[in-house]
Amino acid sequence: MSYLDYSSDQTPTGWRKILYLNWPLVFLLASVASAGLLMLYSVSGGRAEVWAEPQLERFVVGMAAMFALAFVPIWFWRSISVVAYVACLALLVMVDVIGHNAMGAQRWLDLGPIKLQPSELTKIALVLLLAAYYDWLDLDRVSRPLWVLIPVVLILTPTALVLVQPDLGTSLMLVAGGGIMMFVAGVSLWYFGAVIAAVGGLVFAVLKSRGTDWQLLHDYQFRRIDTFLDPTTDPLGAGYNITQAQIALGSGGWSGRGFMQGTQSRLNFLPEKHTDFIFTTLAEEFGFVGTISLLGLYTLILAFCLYSALTNRDRFASLLTLGIAATFFLYFAVNMGMVMGLLPVVGVPLPMVSYGGTQLMILLMAFGVVQSAHVNRPR
Amino acid sequence: MKKSPREVIESSRSITRRGLMLTGIQAAVVATLGWRLKSMQLDRADEFRLLSDGNSVKLRLLPPARGLIHDRHGVIIAGNEANYRATITREEAGDPGAVIARLRHLIPMTDTAAAALLADIGRRSAITPVVVADRLTWDQFASIAVNAPALPGVTPESGLSRSYPRGGDFAHVLGYVGPVSDYDLSKIENPDPVLMLPEFQLGKLGVEAKLETDLRGKAGTRRVEVNSAGREMRELERIEGEQGATVQMTLDAALQNFAIQRLGEESAAAVVLDVQTGDILASASAPTFDPNLFVRGISGPDYRALMEHDHRPLADKTVQGVYPPGSTFKMVPLLAGLESGLIDGGTHYYCPGHTTVAGRRFHCWSRAGHGSVGPVASLERSCDVFYYELAQKIGIDRIAAMARRLGIGVRHELPMSAIAEGIAPDRAWKRARHDQEWQVGDSINASIGQGYVLASPLQLAVMTARVATGREVRPRLVRAVDGTPVPVGDFPDLGLSDAHLRIARAGMDAVMNGDRGTAARADHRAGMAHGGQDRDQPGPQHHGSRTGAGRDLERPAAVGAARPRAVRLLCPVRRAALCGVGRGRTRRRRVGGRGPGGARHPAVRPGGRAAAAGRLSPRPARRDRGDACKDAPCARHGRAGVRPGAGLRGRRR
Repeated sequence: MSYLDYSSDQTPTGWRKILYLNWPLVFLLASVASAGLLMLYSVSGGRAEVWAEPQLERFVVGMAAMFALAFVPIWFWRSISVVAYVACLALLVMVDVIGHNAMGAQRWLDLGPIKLQPSELTKIALVLLLAAYYDWLDLDRVSRPLWVLIPVVLILTPTALVLVQPDLGTSLMLVAGGGIMMFVAGVSLWYFGAVIAAVGGLVFAVLKSRGTDWQLLHDYQFRRIDTFLDPTTDPLGAGYNITQAQIALGSGGWSGRGFMQGTQSRLNFLPEKHTDFIFTTLAEEFGFVGTISLLGLYTLILAFCLYSALTNRDRFASLLTLGIAATFFLYFAVNMGMVMGLLPVVGVPLPMVSYGGTQLMILLMAFGVVQSAHVNRPR
Repeated sequence: MKKSPREVIESSRSITRRGLMLTGIQAAVVATLGWRLKSMQLDRADEFRLLSDGNSVKLRLLPPARGLIHDRHGVIIAGNEANYRATITREEAGDPGAVIARLRHLIPMTDTAAAALLADIGRRSAITPVVVADRLTWDQFASIAVNAPALPGVTPESGLSRSYPRGGDFAHVLGYVGPVSDYDLSKIENPDPVLMLPEFQLGKLGVEAKLETDLRGKAGTRRVEVNSAGREMRELERIEGEQGATVQMTLDAALQNFAIQRLGEESAAAVVLDVQTGDILASASAPTFDPNLFVRGISGPDYRALMEHDHRPLADKTVQGVYPPGSTFKMVPLLAGLESGLIDGGTHYYCPGHTTVAGRRFHCWSRAGHGSVGPVASLERSCDVFYYELAQKIGIDRIAAMARRLGIGVRHELPMSAIAEGIAPDRAWKRARHDQEWQVGDSINASIGQGYVLASPLQLAVMTARVATGREVRPRLVRAVDGTPVPVGDFPDLGLSDAHLRIARAGMDAVMNGDRGTAARADHRAGMAHGGQDRDQPGPQHHGSRTGAGRDLERPAAVGAARPRAVRLLCPVRRAALCGVGRGRTRRRRVGGRGPGGARHPAVRPGGRAAAAGRLSPRPARRDRGDACKDAPCARHGRAGVRPGAGLRGRRR
């Protein structure tokens, strides 16, 4: 649909839009962010100025941005999706060339007052673009090979740029996020079956080749894979973090050790306790009650997004909402799976909770777009 | 491009279908996460809680304060003092070099020490505190604390360290403590973990070592929380330990100090014993040393000086040193003879100044001879020939048996290190030791406390006490542990005839109080006494012994002493033992010179119980008072029931 399709009498205008916001979603997001601020306050040992205060400032700015974006008509997002995508590709190229080097990987772009992490932006831009693509594409052509190939290329291009940073976690997130968009858009399940079978077969072949004449990888690469898959084989190196994280998580028990009483985090046994592993602090201090509550909040966010998407007759808006919700889902599912030892450690933050400005603001802006789809849905 | 309603509916259906499939997958993932949370946080919580506590909770020991040691009057002779020190932690210091440079403005430190310290800091882990300065004065300690902001990583700490406020006075009796060595640990079956603490001090010698278990106390514990780097963050629980038991010694600090002062730098030793209870009132070995040096870790040169000193200050001569007792031994053969029935109180031998046995001539110390000598006179005048004859008559085995009965040649169990047994030789001993037959000449030498006879000053004192009381007095060093008195032994009777003992006591008394006693010129004739010394051994190894017991009823004491140089120093010790320290006048000795026949006999002293048998010595007290307590009337003597004017002193030699 072009903006011409939207009739002004069907959608709320002006301040009335406020009434049509998806308010439950707003409160859920605020709740999760509050939990995050509380945990940041705790892991800093009660010094709010270290992490909690900057995070709060970004949260306030992000919320304001969310409301602002919610008022933007939905057709605007479809119109700029291609531009946003191209701009993100340009930023990714820039970050590879002149990016700011942190922890051995170039992920940051120093733009004077703000430091930008283009890979985060790319996730949203990709969702926008694919939503626009499948909105534009005729439904009966969705599963044709050529029309399947195009989005694959659209996904793999930024993925490749992120991979060279190197940032494996975000690359996989991009692939997974894009894949989910294609899945939701109705691409034939045979393609997914084929891809899964192919990847599975490849992995099987590689692992099977170990120790044979036709070994496909070097021994040290295999060892890296071993450590990656099972960190406990390297208890003092890669395994140390995950072991300590599991101890923190498990020792929380039913109700936890109490706010700011977690020994694992307060005594620095936990790695990255304010970013990727912040969930373990929550688990340690608030126990099962705390963790299951947070998981419940995340699930509710997903549920409200799903409801919003399924009741929206605008294909672009539905796809967009589902895509952003799926990205959000990938964030927390991978992060939790990682700290619980279900997944290998890939640097994925816990959405809205981990310390990190770009991630928080971009997520809030993405939910602004979701709100925009919700507010402007055809009635 | 406007979508048709059909397209919209179809799109909606497709999205709904796929969206619900996606939701199903997501729900499965969330369920997996929730299940995993449940299994980790609920099912396996205890296991992880244990691991978590193991990570962060450590048990630390609190070293107990060591038990105090008092003298018999409650004066502290071994205590604990605060030890102020400063440590530095590299992690907090940042640049240890700069910090130490600043620290050197506050406390003296040589360049080499500073360099060694820096090297040490570099070697240790960044969070291990390294001692920068030990034994700081309060002022230095305070200045470090005040300047803490300029000294990052430097922590002033205070702990307890053993101190001996009386310096060298009790060095030999108490011993000293020192850091626990690997060797110490290897000797202990199941070492108390507190011994592993780096600053812990263990008794190394003497009472400190023998009563270690009483003095050590019980370690307290602290449960602390440490961070991942091992640094303590806070204390979770604290259980204070128990201080070690307070040990009260039988020693009298004032008397001990007096004895040590008088013995001075001579190679000498003296023991003062309460003849009634066996309490060791003083046990002085000279020269002495400062045990505090050892506690602090003695320096190489200081230690060498002590080791190479020809007066052997490190040895406790009172119990470890054994010397020929000389004439002080004569009561032994005398009592042996009397008890054997082979002689009696009326037996006399003629002393021409020598005697010839097996073609060899043995001299009396008096070349001129003593003429006809009976038992009492033999002691009074220390006639050697009397004992040569006696020994031939009764044989060595009787003498040795009597010596052991009186405490010579047997080990007296005391909480002191390396207590010597001494030697009361007999035929069997010589066969075993030298694989030779006993010769009559050996008996003759032994009869006057020479030859193979060796006794420690403690044994001389015990012997004297036993003669004075007739009971098997055993020495005692510890009066009470932790307030519980160590019972005074109920000493059994030696089974010696009272009449015989009286003869021996009379002889001892006459040594000092008889007209011709070898110690009659001693300025302090306080009671019966006997002394002896061997001859012809020049140099620092020259031995001489004195022993004796006062006859004061109320102040029983026996003194054993060894080493001639000490002999003349002993008069005041005796006086002090009898009259109380400081009461006796410290006047110049008049005696000091050689006694008759060149024997510089002495002084022994003694005390009371012997006097109890006051009948032994009709003479007494007057002199005691006159000499010892003239200036400051001695209350004890005053009450002692001594008879003033009991006798004017006869001719003095």
